[in-house]
Amino acid sequence: MFRTIQIGAHALAQGTFVRNLGDGRIEIETGHATRQTGRPVTPAQIDKPIASPWQKTLGATPRRGVIAAAAAIGIAFAGAMPASAQDSVEILNVSYDPTREFYREYNELFNDWWTAQGNAPVTIQQSHGGAGAQARAVIDGLEASVVTLALSADIDTIAERTGRIPEDWQSRLPHNSSPYTSTIVFLVSEGNPRAIKDWNDLIRADVSVITPNPKTSGGARWNFLAAWAYAARNGLDPAEFVGALYRNVPVLDTGARGSTTTFTQRGIGDVLLAWENEAFLVLDELGETAFDIVVPSVSILAEPPVTLVDGNIASDAQRKAAKAYLEYLYSPEAQALALRHRYRAWDTSLAAPEDIARFPKLDLVTISDFGGWPVVQPEYFGENGIFDQIYEE
Amino acid sequence: MSDFTPAQTGRATAEPRPVRYLLIGGTTVFVALFLFAPLLTVFTEALADGWRSALAALSLPDARAAARMTLSIAAIAVPLNAIFGLAAAWAIAKFDFSGKAFLITLIDLPFSVSPVVAGLMLVLLFGANSSLGVWLMANDMRVVFAFPGILLATLFVTFPFVARELIPVMIEQGRTEEEAALTLGASGWRTFLTVTLPNIRWALLYGVLLCNARAMGEFGAVAIVSGKIRGKTATMPTMVEMFYNEYLSVAAFSLAAVLAMLALLTLLLKTLLEWRHADLLAATRLH
Repeated sequence: MFRTIQIGAHALAQGTFVRNLGDGRIEIETGHATRQTGRPVTPAQIDKPIASPWQKTLGATPRRGVIAAAAAIGIAFAGAMPASAQDSVEILNVSYDPTREFYREYNELFNDWWTAQGNAPVTIQQSHGGAGAQARAVIDGLEASVVTLALSADIDTIAERTGRIPEDWQSRLPHNSSPYTSTIVFLVSEGNPRAIKDWNDLIRADVSVITPNPKTSGGARWNFLAAWAYAARNGLDPAEFVGALYRNVPVLDTGARGSTTTFTQRGIGDVLLAWENEAFLVLDELGETAFDIVVPSVSILAEPPVTLVDGNIASDAQRKAAKAYLEYLYSPEAQALALRHRYRAWDTSLAAPEDIARFPKLDLVTISDFGGWPVVQPEYFGENGIFDQIYEE
Repeated sequence: MSDFTPAQTGRATAEPRPVRYLLIGGTTVFVALFLFAPLLTVFTEALADGWRSALAALSLPDARAAARMTLSIAAIAVPLNAIFGLAAAWAIAKFDFSGKAFLITLIDLPFSVSPVVAGLMLVLLFGANSSLGVWLMANDMRVVFAFPGILLATLFVTFPFVARELIPVMIEQGRTEEEAALTLGASGWRTFLTVTLPNIRWALLYGVLLCNARAMGEFGAVAIVSGKIRGKTATMPTMVEMFYNEYLSVAAFSLAAVLAMLALLTLLLKTLLEWRHADLLAATRLH
């Protein structure tokens, strides 16, 4: 006789009846000479919700159980993802490397404000990487609702290649759509053992420089232009100067964070060309006793812009949330947060005085001095551009 | 038992004692330095702030989501590749057809193709810049930068493991037993279940274990198609990198330690299998 028994809270087993144990339990043989005991279950009970079909097989044999569990996970996944997308608004913020810590806090700040306005909370997802590589992923189909990248050239590329962002995107938000700015500084080991003071020290034969690849990293392009600006101001041949600098670079990582870990954790190189906020973050995370920041005589005003990816917006609710997400970056609260994360934000009204006092004064050139990104990007960083020519040498 | 040492019997393969010790010692030092020490570092880094903070790091939502992702991927990719591998090995070992050698080479392709290339292939094939990708997006189907893309990447890189284990075993066994079963009137399905499967089960299990280890550990191909969305498309290996890049070294190494333990568990299972079924394995496995 074939019987079904309950062997645990959720598991059932089936097999041929062997004997009655007398206390309401029976023993059955489930195959492979294994016997199990448990309370018999009537067929009517099996159909009850407690024993769903895959739980029944789970008790039967281990092998079938594994397959059933795999199938269940698959079903759970297939079922869960569209459901959660409908329940609440989701936005995906595709960003560049050093903004991880800022956006982790900003997302909470935004959601607190957004729900206080009487809206349902938004699920904000983050993706970080080298700005160029991230732009590439958006072009390849990564469904960013908003992009917050290192420089406008990357967003221009997305606009140009996909048409998912209008051409005039940069005029949609204040300050060229850059809610916060930064600059490029040097990070050196404690005590500055190589006595690095300014850009001209970086071309010395005994100095090894860490900077990411300008092809994939936005920060690296700002580094490149800042070095170029220094040479131009000091009557040097910029191409020759920057070429000498890149000959001192042993590794080109794809993003700013990769370069930072190369320098700080792997101990390669004497100086890291870093975003100012990234350099301060290293001091915060790894201790002010390990590294020093060196401020060069000239640097560049780096404007990391943000924009909505119109073509990826699926619903009005999502558009509304994504637009508010970007606009709220300009609020005094968010600007104070950006300042606390060592970004040079515009509105200092709510910022702590020490967050403002921290920034050294320095001479900053801007991208418009170079003619703007639409000119700079192809000329300096495009195929066979100045960087390619310099790096081939 | 040890009455006859190689030196006394003077076997041709016996090395003098110092050479033997040098070789054994050299191997041990190498294994300790290059395999054991790095592994140990992972565990010490994970436990740098005590096991409580390591556990706390593992219960972070991002870490849990990554673990869920990796386990789901492995739970689907491994059974699928076990079936594909079985089918491929069956076709190669039991049938004669032209282009067989080419098919074997093709099965080995994922071993020789760099995972980065595998990832880029998927992006080019299913990304927004291909007509297939455009069609998929228009019909609201996500492949790259979503679960299916990661699954495809994992399937691709883990494809050869099961087939590679089964092909030599099945060729060695030939088809006489199956032919006997068929002439006795068994159906094809029954022949497979009662004749073929018992013969190849250890090789199959071994292949599945290797396949599983790689499916959970794959980084390169997955990193390209994942889009690095935290809590959504991050797998355990990609999450380890993200944590590390965010200076969350305890979280990074705790997750890495879990991955390492999963790998060690796989090895342990493999060793157990070999130890318990040494005779069977010797009979059915060729290497």
